[in-house]
Amino acid sequence: MMQQQEAGAAGAPVLEMRNISKTFGSTRALSNVSLTVKAGEVHALMGENGAGKSTLMKVLSGAYRPDAGGQVLIDGRPAVMGDPIKARENGIAVIYQELSLAPNLTVGQNMFLGTEPSRFGIVDRSGTRKRAEPILKRLGLTFDVDQRVGALSLGERQMVEIARALTTNARIIVMDEPTTSLTTRETDRLFAVIASLKSQGIAVIYISHRMEEIYQLADRVSVLRDSAYVGTLDRAELSASKLVSMMVGRDLSSFYKKQHSLADGTRTTVLSVRDMGDDRRVHGCSFDAHAGEVLGIAGLVGSGRTELARLIFGADLKTTGSVLLQGRQLAIRSPRDAMDAGIAYLTEDRKGLGLFLDMSISENINVAVIGEDARSGGVLDFAKARKRSDKAVANLSIRTKSTSVNVGALSGGNQQKALIARLLETTPKVIILDEPTRGVDVGAKSEIYRIIDELARAGIAIVVISSDLPEIIGIADRVLVMREGHIAGEVEASAGAPIAQEAIMTLSTGAVTEPVQQEV
Amino acid sequence: MATTQTDNTATDRARLRSTITALGMLPVLVILALGFHFLSGRFLSVNNLSIVMQQASINTVLAAGMTFVILTGGIDLSVGSILAAAAMVGVIVSLYPDIGMLGVPAAIGVGLLCGLANGVVIAFLKLPPFIVTLGSLTAMRGIARLLGHDTTVFNPDLPFDFLGNGTLFGIPWLAIIALVTIFVSWFILKRTVLGTWIYAVGGNIEAARLTGIKVPFVLLFVYAMSGLLSGLGGAMSAARLYAANGLQLGQAYELDAIAAVILGGTSFVGGVGSIWGTLIGALIIAVLSNGLILVGVSDIWQYIIKGLVIIVAVGLDRYRLKGLSRT
Repeated sequence: MMQQQEAGAAGAPVLEMRNISKTFGSTRALSNVSLTVKAGEVHALMGENGAGKSTLMKVLSGAYRPDAGGQVLIDGRPAVMGDPIKARENGIAVIYQELSLAPNLTVGQNMFLGTEPSRFGIVDRSGTRKRAEPILKRLGLTFDVDQRVGALSLGERQMVEIARALTTNARIIVMDEPTTSLTTRETDRLFAVIASLKSQGIAVIYISHRMEEIYQLADRVSVLRDSAYVGTLDRAELSASKLVSMMVGRDLSSFYKKQHSLADGTRTTVLSVRDMGDDRRVHGCSFDAHAGEVLGIAGLVGSGRTELARLIFGADLKTTGSVLLQGRQLAIRSPRDAMDAGIAYLTEDRKGLGLFLDMSISENINVAVIGEDARSGGVLDFAKARKRSDKAVANLSIRTKSTSVNVGALSGGNQQKALIARLLETTPKVIILDEPTRGVDVGAKSEIYRIIDELARAGIAIVVISSDLPEIIGIADRVLVMREGHIAGEVEASAGAPIAQEAIMTLSTGAVTEPVQQEV
Repeated sequence: MATTQTDNTATDRARLRSTITALGMLPVLVILALGFHFLSGRFLSVNNLSIVMQQASINTVLAAGMTFVILTGGIDLSVGSILAAAAMVGVIVSLYPDIGMLGVPAAIGVGLLCGLANGVVIAFLKLPPFIVTLGSLTAMRGIARLLGHDTTVFNPDLPFDFLGNGTLFGIPWLAIIALVTIFVSWFILKRTVLGTWIYAVGGNIEAARLTGIKVPFVLLFVYAMSGLLSGLGGAMSAARLYAANGLQLGQAYELDAIAAVILGGTSFVGGVGSIWGTLIGALIIAVLSNGLILVGVSDIWQYIIKGLVIIVAVGLDRYRLKGLSRT
């Protein structure tokens, strides 16, 4: 196993993770994963959402303690696991997607947050400057140590994060999808910084879904799938088809149920969106959704998919555009208006924006319709509520002993089904599902696909937003691709030929219409 | 076998937890009552319990309103000042011959108006409740003083004095009003659509909006309710005292009301809590005040002991619940 990995580029292994497993309750998030990273290399880590990349990195950073039997070796010596402070002392730094800087403090203060140079407990300001400046210089950064971080752009803040990692002499830096919120220029700058880190012998573990970044940066690529290690490729053997087959690896047709079918030529338009925009993140989006159709919306994170859905649903205020339902113009000013008209929206953030975790399953399912069910004077009708929730639990096979249990006690998949049940109670004509299978296990995934398929067969227009390409190809009849707030194009399945993943990737990255980035 | 074991303990734990949550602070109340009886020998007499109920009644009414507000994750600091202004209006109106009984609806109306004003600013202008009600705490105090030209207004022939001093079948009217308030609050919170919306808004305000709940309406309601009950509290105070004073009446009442709600186990961030807990919380505060006087503790030490009991009781409660929720 080790030989296969070490056959690549030169450089001693700075990090070895051996037989790492991690179980949460009955779910296995990592199963016997091993990974070797050499000094001075950019090691890309790829895999579908939920494949275990983030869990593995959390084991590395000490946020999680792996199950017994696993080992982490730094420079060949076993390291203490499950201790973030020890991990940092060992030279491991993680640049998180959500940046963790204090916006009101200066660049210098942020770099030394928690390790302030001080004399008798008084922060040594000139010491901060003296130590911060060479690090910024090393990275080729030009901003001032005393600048407030809040005044910096997202890309610049990321640079500060990297600079902070270097103050603790990090030798292994993990970057988790660092370019998702960066502009092209900021991305170039980041790649330049990564190159300079490399030349200084620092290993970078780079997590990304974007193929072109992997081609540009990676010395080696390791792939995880379904919580297990699949293999490692050297730069020389990289190819898109090889990577995709390693990442997907299973027979997709049996997993995704698609029994609904669209009779050609008899499409009934249910939802028409025209010129929708908010002048910020969504610009002039127009599309139609048809009865009995599953319409996918693909695109990179940050391309404006969720924002578009929220505008249609009235959760945010649009500045341009209109929504027509069955040819009738709607005046949507709030989610209530959209629901009354027959549009339902499943949020991507189940716990933050969807469920009431302190309330029962029954209350969560009924909350949108209790007003209509109520007796005079707004008195609750418990019998009706119970009937509704019992039926929903049976129909969507939500696994629970009783509907009076708090919804927070359910597993992710069952929580998601409860939330979908809430939407269905409003008898919508259009359902917009935003990342419907995020954070649910494989079993629940296939059940959610079954539900989507059944709803389509019942003649509801379904819009599915998903970052999971195999998923969207598996369930959608037609896919819109968004890029930078615009609908960049549309990909449709034709008889016998499924939707091509490459076509979606090309549209969402804009690889064709924009000049290819310069090599650093 | 191992799974069955964990399943069982999990269910047991869940059951135990819900029982303890429902019981809340009742054991503390019972222990305090028994303790004071043991120390003074006369706490648990019919006469004294009647006094305790009267003492608890106004705070219970204010705390019921505060429960609505805190369940949405908000706070109403203005209840004491609204109570003072409402009591002033109540007594002033009672001085008009023939229509003196209108003092009660006038007081309640003043409270409702103030509550609506708070609610409009919080729900529609989206200003933080703490700041808005801190402002009205100060402003309403000023208005209360203004109403009586900064003097105490008396009405020795107050037409609704039975509310403050009379009894019905031996039970003080004040206590009856408090219990009816609690019952009505329970009905709204647990048996109506509005009640579910209140819990939903407090539990997850963004999710509530995306579910189609009219969040501003819910917020307007809870602050209006709190104002209305403060007005009722004003009428009760006026009826008890035959007088009202804009400067002193209702000073720091908001703190006792908040303490009762928190003692009752209602979460300060909203979404979790019950009106029965609030009743028990208000009774604990009244029992402490009354009991410490009976035992002969000096005024200064009463403050210190009351403060510590609140912190310790809530601390124990949180600690206990936390221990149980760990699975």
